[in-house]
Amino acid sequence: MSETTSGGLAERMPKFVRRADPAVVTAFACILALLVIGSIYSTSFLSPEYLLQQLKVASFLGVIATGMMLVILLGQIDLSVPWVVSSGAMMACAAAAYGPLGVALAIPFGVLCGVLIGLVNGVGVAYLRIPSMIITLATNAVAQGLMVVYTGGFSPQDSAPEAMRWLATGFLVPGVPNAVIVWALVGAAMVFVLTRTAFGRSVYAIGNRERAAYLSGIDTRRIVLIAFAVSGGLSAFGGVLLAGYASKAAQSMGDAYLLPAIAAVVLGGTSILGGRGSYLGTVAGVILITLLQSILSVMQMPEAGRQITYGVVIVVMLLLYGRAPASR
Amino acid sequence: MSEWRYWYAEQRGTLLALGIFVLMFIIYTANHPAGFTANVVQTASNKGVLLAFIAMAQTLVVITAGIDLSVGMIFLLTNCLASWLVVGTPAETAFGVVVVLLVGVLCGALNGAIVIYGRLQPIVATIATGAVYFGLALLLRPTPGGSVNEDLADALTTKYFGFLPASLVTLFVVVLVVWVPFSRSVYGRAAYASGSSEVAAYMSGMPIRRGKFLAYTLAGLLAAIGGLFLTFFTYTGEAAYASGNSYTLFSIAAVVLGGVSLFGGRGSVIGAIFGAFAFRTIGDLLFVFDFDPLWQPLFQGVVLLLAVSLGAFALFRVRNRLEWFG
Repeated sequence: MSETTSGGLAERMPKFVRRADPAVVTAFACILALLVIGSIYSTSFLSPEYLLQQLKVASFLGVIATGMMLVILLGQIDLSVPWVVSSGAMMACAAAAYGPLGVALAIPFGVLCGVLIGLVNGVGVAYLRIPSMIITLATNAVAQGLMVVYTGGFSPQDSAPEAMRWLATGFLVPGVPNAVIVWALVGAAMVFVLTRTAFGRSVYAIGNRERAAYLSGIDTRRIVLIAFAVSGGLSAFGGVLLAGYASKAAQSMGDAYLLPAIAAVVLGGTSILGGRGSYLGTVAGVILITLLQSILSVMQMPEAGRQITYGVVIVVMLLLYGRAPASR
Repeated sequence: MSEWRYWYAEQRGTLLALGIFVLMFIIYTANHPAGFTANVVQTASNKGVLLAFIAMAQTLVVITAGIDLSVGMIFLLTNCLASWLVVGTPAETAFGVVVVLLVGVLCGALNGAIVIYGRLQPIVATIATGAVYFGLALLLRPTPGGSVNEDLADALTTKYFGFLPASLVTLFVVVLVVWVPFSRSVYGRAAYASGSSEVAAYMSGMPIRRGKFLAYTLAGLLAAIGGLFLTFFTYTGEAAYASGNSYTLFSIAAVVLGGVSLFGGRGSVIGAIFGAFAFRTIGDLLFVFDFDPLWQPLFQGVVLLLAVSLGAFALFRVRNRLEWFG
C-alpha cells in the first residue's frame, strides 16, 4: 500500500512539472493573444480595474463550469444547466420574500433546489442507466416547466436579498470582488477533492473506464449520483450569484451559460470522453471564454456574430486537440 | 408463423408508438369541442408534421448511435432562409426551395464531417454547430419577418378531397423518397450496423463512415424540409432560440416514444413519426381539458422525463451487472 502511494507520488511530482498539458498551454497562449488584441483595440483593456471586472464576470461562469467539469470528468454531460441556474436564482429570491428566516435561508435554499434537480439527474444516469444528455435535457424541461408555473410566465418580482448582492458585488478584501473570492474558494475545494480524496480519484477512474472502476470495488453509482448533485448545486449557486449581481432573477438568465460552460471545460483540455483533465485548464478556459465575450462586445459584435464565433472557436479548438483516437 | 414473430420483434417499438398515438388521438378528438372533423385532423396533422420531420432527422442520426442537437437550429436557419427566398414567380420559388434544401444538406453534411472525419463527440460538436446555425439564422432575421409564396404554402397545407391533409401526403412522399431508399441501401444498413456495433460493422467491411455521413446529411435535409413547412404555416421567418431548442428536445422525446433506441441500431423513422404525433397530441390534450396553458411546459417536460425513463426497463433484462456499464 505504502509502496504504491510513494510510487504514485514520485511519479506525480515530476509529471506535474513535465506534463505541461498542451491544451492548457494553448488556452493560456490564447488568453495572452486576446489580451494583446484587446489592448491594441482599446488602451483601457489592460488596466487593473478592467481586468478585475473581467475576473468578476468570469467567476459566475467559473462556478458553473466547476460543476460541469466534475460531470464531464465522469464521461457524462449536464445539459440541465440553463434552467438549474434560473431555478437556483428564482428560488433563492423567492425564499427571500418570506420574512427574515427566508432571507437567512435564501442562498442555501437556492442551492438546495439545484442539488435536488442534480439528484434526479444522478439517479437517472447512475441507477436507471439513462444516457446523461437525455435525462439532463428532460430535467431541464421539467425545471423550466416548474419555473413557468411558479412565475406565471412573467419575470419574477422578488428581488435578491442583501446577502446575495454582497456575495456577488461586495468587497471583503479591498479591491478584490467577493465573487472572485467565492470562485477561488470553490475552485480550491474542487482541486482538493479531485487530487487529494478517494472521491476525486474515483471520478477519474470512472471517467476512464466505469467497468474497471466497478470491478476494483468503487461504488460507481454512488459517485456518479454525488457528482451530478454537486454539479446541480454549483449551477444553482452560480444562478444565486448571478441574481445577486443583477439584483433580481430572470426567466432565461441561464440560457447563456450552457454552451460557455461546456466550452470552457473542453477548451481547458478536459477530455469530453472523461477521465482526463485538470482544474487549471478549466480556469484557463473560463477566462478565455470571458475575454472572448468581452472583446466581442467591445467590438460591438451583434449576438449573431457572437454565436457563430463561439461555435467556430469550439469546433476548431476541439479539432486541434479534442479528437477521439483513430479507428481501431 | 415464425416469420411473423421476427417481423413483430422488429416492429414492436413502432407498433407501440402507433398504439399510443391512436389512443391519445381518440381521447383528444372525443373531448374536442368540434369532434372528429376534417378541420381538427388537418390542424393536428399540420402541427404534428413539423415535429415529425425533425423527429425523422433525429432518428437517422440516433440510429448510428449519435445525436444531433443542432436539428432545431437547422430548422430555424432554413425557416429564416425560406422567408427570404421562397417568394415570387414559380421559377423563383422553385429555386428558393432547392437552395433551402441544399443549405439543410450542407448543414447536415458539416455535422457529419465534423463528427465522422473530425472524430469529435456528436453532443459537443452539434451543440457548437447548432450555435453557428442559430447565429446565421439571426443574421438572416434579426427580427421576425419576411414572407413566402402563399400559393405554394396553401397548396401544401390545405386538405385534398375535403378530408386528406396535404401535409400528411407530403410526409408520406418524403418517407417514400428519402427513408425507404436509404433504409434499403447498403449505406442504410451500414448506419444501422454501426449503431448496433461499430466494431462488428467495421470487421464485416461495411461502409460505416459513408453510411453515417449519409445519415447526418439526410438529417440536415429532413430538418430543412421541416423548416420549409414551418415557413408555409407561419408565413414568416423567425430566429427564436427557445423554439429551436424545444424542437431539438421534442425530437428526442418523439424518437424515444417512437421506439428508437438511443444507443443506436434499433428503430425506424416510421416509429419516430408516430412518436412525434403522439407527443404533439399529448401536449394538445391539455387544451381540450381546459388546463391553464402555463402548465403545458411542465406537462411536456414530465412526459419527456417519463418517456426517457422507459428505457430503464431494459435493466430488468440485464443478467450480469457489468452490462450496466455498456
